[in-house]
Amino acid sequence: MSALNRLQVTWRAAQDIEDHQVVNLGIGLPVHCSDYLRPEVDVILQSENGVIGVGPLAAPDQAHTDLVDAGSRRITLRPGASIVDSSWSFAMIRGGHIDVTILGAFEVAANGDLANWDMRVPNRGPLVGGAMDLAACARDVRVIMEHVTRKGAPRLLEKCALPLTAVRCVSRVYTDLAVVDVTPQGFVVREMVEISRGELQAKTGAPLTFAPECKTLTAPAIEMAE
Amino acid sequence: MLEIQKGRDGMSIDKRVNLAEALEGVSDGATVFITGFGGAGFPNELIRALRERGPKGLTLVVNSATHRYSLTHELIANDQVRKVICTAARGHDKEPSPFETRWMAGKIELEMVPQGSFTERIRAGGAGIPAFYTPVGFGTELAQGKEVRRFGERDYVMEEAITGDLALVRADTADRTGNLAFNYAQMNFGPVMASAAKIAVAEVRTVADDLLSRERIQLPGVYVDRVVAV
Repeated sequence: MSALNRLQVTWRAAQDIEDHQVVNLGIGLPVHCSDYLRPEVDVILQSENGVIGVGPLAAPDQAHTDLVDAGSRRITLRPGASIVDSSWSFAMIRGGHIDVTILGAFEVAANGDLANWDMRVPNRGPLVGGAMDLAACARDVRVIMEHVTRKGAPRLLEKCALPLTAVRCVSRVYTDLAVVDVTPQGFVVREMVEISRGELQAKTGAPLTFAPECKTLTAPAIEMAE
Repeated sequence: MLEIQKGRDGMSIDKRVNLAEALEGVSDGATVFITGFGGAGFPNELIRALRERGPKGLTLVVNSATHRYSLTHELIANDQVRKVICTAARGHDKEPSPFETRWMAGKIELEMVPQGSFTERIRAGGAGIPAFYTPVGFGTELAQGKEVRRFGERDYVMEEAITGDLALVRADTADRTGNLAFNYAQMNFGPVMASAAKIAVAEVRTVADDLLSRERIQLPGVYVDRVVAV
């Protein structure tokens, strides 16, 4: 078995982004998708703080404290970029103008329910940010996450145990072990690393079906910078 | 060409004040908007002035109660805040933030709102809309106790407008009539917060000598009551 590392999962998610899409990448791991887009793909990256057309990260000598994305990263603008205020930015999200969002998650249910906003961290306050808006209103909601928790418990479930971010919203989940679609019939495995179907099912908290054309999940070697 | 009448060319309007005058009239129990998101647009000089002025029992309406570059935490640490309406309240350091320690001890109230609903509630407050329905939050803890209504095939949550007493807004350039231009992503909540407050105070890098040109104005001075260059 060769489970993908987290950047390889990000790479895999990036391969499904198509030319000319308007894309919002969640804070944390998903923003790295922009590093792995297919070379022929040109997308508009929207950041919920109002930047429409996020460019690459700024070099240290060109960084500006006021030119940041929603994750506080100092960025550049792509040609033709614009900046709007927060209410317009979220009207854009809520109004269905974002083609794809890729979000991190703690749990996804077989009906597409998503839990990604509050881990109930002891001694910590809650944080929701724009997660609910993106999950409820982007036209296509995809998730990147580890297939199981650090303790080995499944994250793909019949029903989420953690507080929900949005109901019935996720279309596809990329994990270190598989690419899984959420369908009216539940989870359907499109790609999986070289483990047995029984092993994958044992790490999953809801029934899996396997697409007839189920492929091997592979990714180029990408070093994790620690 | 029309001759502009004297006194009606905007030159007689002057909203410039100093930091001490900027917060005149702010008292205990006020609802205060504070701009800033993702590291851009924090009115930190005004926040510090508010701490020094010292009103208590404030309700803060701010995107994050814990952002490391915003001085919001100083108001909280100074026990001037009764309630926070925000989208993020998680600290970044090993030790809990001033907000988190007070929240866990039951000394401060928290109303957590999804960010798009947060900004739209403020926009509504400044636009004369008392409430609206949004699909965001339906089926989640944050919609508990809120009216739900079905339109077509989808369920929506009713969110009520937020208005307030004071908005602290960071911008880049102002003119003396209160027109504002923002730098990059500094704009964020500035326009909506200024519109929803009885008194909107802008903290700016500079006040231009001349009135700003139409192309540069991102927030009309109609929404801005006081301007402070810092």
